[in-house]
Amino acid sequence: MPDTLTDSPMSTAASTAEPVLRVRNLSVSFPGRRGVLKALDDISFDLAPGEILGMVGESGAGKSMTGLAVQRLLEPPGHISGGEVHLLGQRIDQLPEAQMERLRGKQIGAVFQDPLTSLNPLFTVGHQISETIRVHLGGSRRAAMDQARELLRRVGIPSPDDRVNHYPHQFSGGMRQRVVIALALAAQPRLIIADEPTTALDVSIQAQIMSLLRRLCDETGVAMLLVTHDMGVIAQTADRIAVMYAGRLIELAPVHEVLRQPRHPYTRGLIGAIPALRKRAPRLTQIDGSMPRLDSIPQGCAFNPRCPEAGPRCRAHRPELSATPAGKVACWLNDGGVA
Amino acid sequence: MKPALVVRDLSRVFDVSAPLLNRLIERKPRMLLRAVDGISFEVPQGGCLSLVGESGCGKSTVARLVTGLYRPTDGQIEFSLGDSGDRIHAHMIFQDPYASLNPRWRVRDIIAEPIRELGLRDGESATRARVDELLGIVGLSQRDAEKFPHEFSGGQRQRISIARALAGEPKFLVCDEPTSALDVSVQAQILNLMRSLQDEFGLTYLFISHDLSVVRHMSDRIAVMYLGRIVEEADTESLFDNPLHPYTRLLLQTIPDIEAPRPDVPPATGEVPSPLKPPPGCTFHPRCPEADDRCKREVPEVRDVGHGRRVACHRVAEMLKRNGMSALSA
Repeated sequence: MPDTLTDSPMSTAASTAEPVLRVRNLSVSFPGRRGVLKALDDISFDLAPGEILGMVGESGAGKSMTGLAVQRLLEPPGHISGGEVHLLGQRIDQLPEAQMERLRGKQIGAVFQDPLTSLNPLFTVGHQISETIRVHLGGSRRAAMDQARELLRRVGIPSPDDRVNHYPHQFSGGMRQRVVIALALAAQPRLIIADEPTTALDVSIQAQIMSLLRRLCDETGVAMLLVTHDMGVIAQTADRIAVMYAGRLIELAPVHEVLRQPRHPYTRGLIGAIPALRKRAPRLTQIDGSMPRLDSIPQGCAFNPRCPEAGPRCRAHRPELSATPAGKVACWLNDGGVA
Repeated sequence: MKPALVVRDLSRVFDVSAPLLNRLIERKPRMLLRAVDGISFEVPQGGCLSLVGESGCGKSTVARLVTGLYRPTDGQIEFSLGDSGDRIHAHMIFQDPYASLNPRWRVRDIIAEPIRELGLRDGESATRARVDELLGIVGLSQRDAEKFPHEFSGGQRQRISIARALAGEPKFLVCDEPTSALDVSVQAQILNLMRSLQDEFGLTYLFISHDLSVVRHMSDRIAVMYLGRIVEEADTESLFDNPLHPYTRLLLQTIPDIEAPRPDVPPATGEVPSPLKPPPGCTFHPRCPEADDRCKREVPEVRDVGHGRRVACHRVAEMLKRNGMSALSA
C-alpha cells in the first residue's frame, strides 16, 4: 500500500486481514409461471481491501446479477434465495430495507455503465456530490462543497473549482463517468461495485478511467467488484478474475494465472476467442453454440454441450469448485481428474 | 487488377442547425457538421480495408455513403466492373442484429427479400432452395427458416443478417461494426465465418470497427480516421509494427492487451473534440504530444510516404527518422 494512504483525506482503509465482502453460497431465484429460474447458483467469493475482483462472462451469465444481489437491488420477483452476504463482518442479506438504504452509498458505492442515467440532469454535479456527503457523513454545506471539489480533482477533472457548478450535460462521456466515480466515492465507501464502467466509452478514454479506478483502489484501500465482458479490461486492472457461466462461478484465480494457464475449458475458449494483437492467426478459437438459457440449463456441468473435453461424468454430475495451485475451478478434469 | 472500390475526396456535411424560426429569433448561426471531410481510399478486389476510429470520427457515415444510404455532399464513389462485366454492388451488414431484422417477418422472408427484389431466382421453389442453401452457408439449419428473429440469440441473428447480405449475390460487403453487439466467444464464430466466406466467394470487405484487435484479425489494410479525416493508412502489419501518426500510436497504446498487460503505463490524456467545433489546423493537435505551431495553423494533407503508406501529419519526416526509417526500407 502506498504512503498516500496516511495523508489521503479519503482514506478509510485499515489494513485488516478481514475481507471487505464475503459472499457465501449466494443464490438468486426468479419465480415465474413456468417454474423457478435460478439466475445465480451457489456463488462464493471474498474481496480484500484494495483488491479488484474482475467478474467476466457472456451476457446472461449472472455477473451483473451478482453485483445487484450484493447491493440488494434485484428487481422483484427476483430475490436472494440462499446463501449469505457479509460486508465488513456484518451480515447484510437479511437487513431491513431501511438499514440497507443507509449502507448503499455509505459503505457500497456504485458505478454503472451509462453515466448519464446515474446523474440527475437537474442539479449541478457539485450539488449532487455534496448532498451525498451530507446525507451519509453530515457536516456543513460549505465543507461538503469543498470535499466535492477535492473529489473532482482526485478523479482527474480539470479546473474542479469551475466544474462543480456545471450540470451533467456539460460534461463529455469520459468526464461524466469520472463524476459518477467521484459520486460513488463521496461517502468514503469500503466497496465499489462497477458494472461495465467503460463499455460506453471510447478506447482511449477507457484506458484513462481504468487506470483511475486502479489508482483509487490502491490509494484508498477501497475494494472493487469490476463486472465486465471485456477480458482486456480485466487483464489491465484486476487482481483476480472470477469467470461466470450460466449463473455459476466456474473459475476464480489471480489474473496472471488465468491468462497464463486457464484451467476451465470455457475460460480457455474465452481467452482464445480474443483476436491477438501481436500476430494474426488464420482462425480464432471459437466456442460453438451459445450459453444455455436459464430455463434449459443442462444436467451436470452447464458447459458440457459446448465443451470439447466433456465426458460421461460431465453430463451426469455437476462439478463443484475445487482447489488449483493458485485458485479454484469447477471442472472434473482439474487435478488429473477424469471427465 | 482494378480496385473494387475507388473513393475520391468524399465529403458529407450534415446541417444540424436549429429550425429556421429559432435561428431568426434567437440569432443562432447555422451549424454544419462535417462528418466526412474529403477522404480518399481504394479497396482492392478480394481484399479487406478497415476503417477504425473512435465514436464520431465518421466511419459509419462512410459505410452509409458507400452503400448509398446517404448521398455524398461532394466527391466520387466508384465501384469497378466485376468478372462478369456487371458493375460490382455492395451489401451491408449492420451493427445491431436486434434492430436490423424485421421482427414480424419469418427468417425465410427476410433472407428471400433481396432474391425476390433483384429477381435472382425464377419462381418460389428456386427461391426456397436458395434460402435453404444460404442458411447452410452461415451455419443455421433449414428449420430455422420458419422461425421469427426473436427466437434467435445475437450471434444467430448476425448469421441471418449475413445470409441476407449474401442473398443479393454481392461481391462487396460493407460491415459496420458487425460484432460489437456480440459476446467474445460468439464474435469469434462470426469473424471466422466472415473470413471463410471471403475465401469461398472471393468477397471484398469494407470493414468498420472501433476494435483494433478485431480489425487486425480481419483486414489487409487499415485506415485510421479522426474527426472525419483519414490520418493514416497502411497495410495491417506495418501499421501495428510501426505506427507513424501520433493518433495511431495513442490508439495502439490504449488497447488493453491480455498477452502483456501494462497497468503501469500512464494513459494518454484528452478527449475527442466535438466535430461541430473542430480545432483549427490539424484536428489532433490539442491531444498530440508532438504538436508545434504549424500544427495549430495548417491542416496537414494526406501524403504518400512510400511503401503504400499514407499519413496526414506535418511532422511525419521526424516520425520516420525516429522509427529508424524502417518504414521506408521495409
